[in-house]
Amino acid sequence: MVAAPVLEVSDLHAWYGESHVLHGMEFVVREGEVVTLLGRNGAGKTTTIKAIMGVVPKRRGSIRIRGSETIALPPHRIARLGIAWCPEERGIFASLNVLENLLLPPVVAPGGLSRAQIFALFPNLAERLSSQGTKLSGGEQQMLAIARILRTGARILLLDEPTEGLAPVIVQQIGRTIRKLKEEGFTILLVEQNFRFAARIADRHYIVEHGRVVDEIASAEVGPAQERLVTYLAV
Amino acid sequence: MVEILGVPAPALFGQLLLGLINGAFYAMLSLGLAVIFGLLNIINFTHGAQYMMGAFTAWMLLNWFGIGYWWSLLLAPLFVGLTGIAIERLLLKRLAGLDHLYGLLLTFGLALVIQGLYRNEFGSTGLPYAIPAELRGGQNLGFMFLPNYRAWVVVVSLAVCLATWLVIEKTRLGSYLRAATENPTLVQAMGIDVPKMVTLTYGFGVALAAFAGVLAAPIYQVSPLMGADLIIVVFAVVVIGGMGSILGSIVTGFGLGVIEGLTKVFWPQASATVIFVIMAIVLLLRPAGLFGRAS
Repeated sequence: MVAAPVLEVSDLHAWYGESHVLHGMEFVVREGEVVTLLGRNGAGKTTTIKAIMGVVPKRRGSIRIRGSETIALPPHRIARLGIAWCPEERGIFASLNVLENLLLPPVVAPGGLSRAQIFALFPNLAERLSSQGTKLSGGEQQMLAIARILRTGARILLLDEPTEGLAPVIVQQIGRTIRKLKEEGFTILLVEQNFRFAARIADRHYIVEHGRVVDEIASAEVGPAQERLVTYLAV
Repeated sequence: MVEILGVPAPALFGQLLLGLINGAFYAMLSLGLAVIFGLLNIINFTHGAQYMMGAFTAWMLLNWFGIGYWWSLLLAPLFVGLTGIAIERLLLKRLAGLDHLYGLLLTFGLALVIQGLYRNEFGSTGLPYAIPAELRGGQNLGFMFLPNYRAWVVVVSLAVCLATWLVIEKTRLGSYLRAATENPTLVQAMGIDVPKMVTLTYGFGVALAAFAGVLAAPIYQVSPLMGADLIIVVFAVVVIGGMGSILGSIVTGFGLGVIEGLTKVFWPQASATVIFVIMAIVLLLRPAGLFGRAS
């Protein structure tokens, strides 16, 4: 049986000032899936994530989260529907220490991870609680950025390039974390440049070009579709 | 008579106390400005007029309704804070994302309008406001006479400044405020109603100015221009402390008040300019201010 869609994006357009960035994005993410948006730099992947959270200056079309239309909602109301965003630049606050960063996002639904569960998942963070947020290493900041949204009870996670610029051993740790979250039933939309990383953890991939989805590949057919992928992603 | 550095002790301590009193007002006003600038990115030139409104609200409550000082300490900030909320909702909100200059022009214009309305209604001569009965008199400390009301102003303003600092630095609400000052978009995307927080923050900063106005009413004359005179110095304090720094505005507020007081003792001619000289030096050596983070 196919699980119910929790995130349905259709005919989504977005603009930054005069520049029209998304040209009718269409895709669906179902309960418990890990889905990636793949594509070259500037294809509109990050803008899609931002448009879902309502933080682009102008957007149009339809974004349904668990059935409710959110295109006209302000960002804080969207977040309250149980969706959380881990931005590409991580967004760790310099004027807050690690613990304050971790506790910052308000709980939006019951069932978030407890502090003990979070520290079991990211043991490094437990030792650095009173450090200034931005004094952490890049990998630790990424873990903090993921950890703080797991506390909130949000079950749909938007992760924007969580492995960007990180050492291979940290990338592996983040990969294990995402797989674990999938086992726990989280629904994850992942933006990735690193296809080899994405292929191992995602169920399906959408290829994004010039602000729209041009292809969809299930992880099972990644082998045969290899050539298609290379043409899409080669610079 | 005891002399310190060639100055009679009572004169020295008297000016020190005066400096502390002025410093208390500098600190409370620049604190409100710092909080507002941090979150709204607006340099609130209406701040002096809102301080004056606080003093006048206390005067009106007393003379028109017979409501005394203690209730005024609560009611005047509440009332003036509400007018601030209306200003933010109706006007300042529309300036989000625009250059600082627009906020400056709007708030400066508003200050002129408000001061003009009060001058039209009450004239430019100051109106007296009596010290509340509980705080009349003073203590003879041996080396100087300390009026009770002045001691009260210093203690209360220190307490208010410290409480504000504690709330911002040590509480959950304060962590929202600090985070939203850095990255409002991300904080809103976490589910926090940032636009509402911005409105309430402006209301709080304005209420703080009005609170200072009520404290000032029995010391200075209640007059429409009382804030305009003060606010220029307060802006110098904000620049010296560092735009947007909470602790910076408290420490520099009190510190510069005291320095100004001491200058009056040792070199009276320089007392009106000393703060601006310090401002020029600080801008040369540390353009972000003593406590500011370079951006």
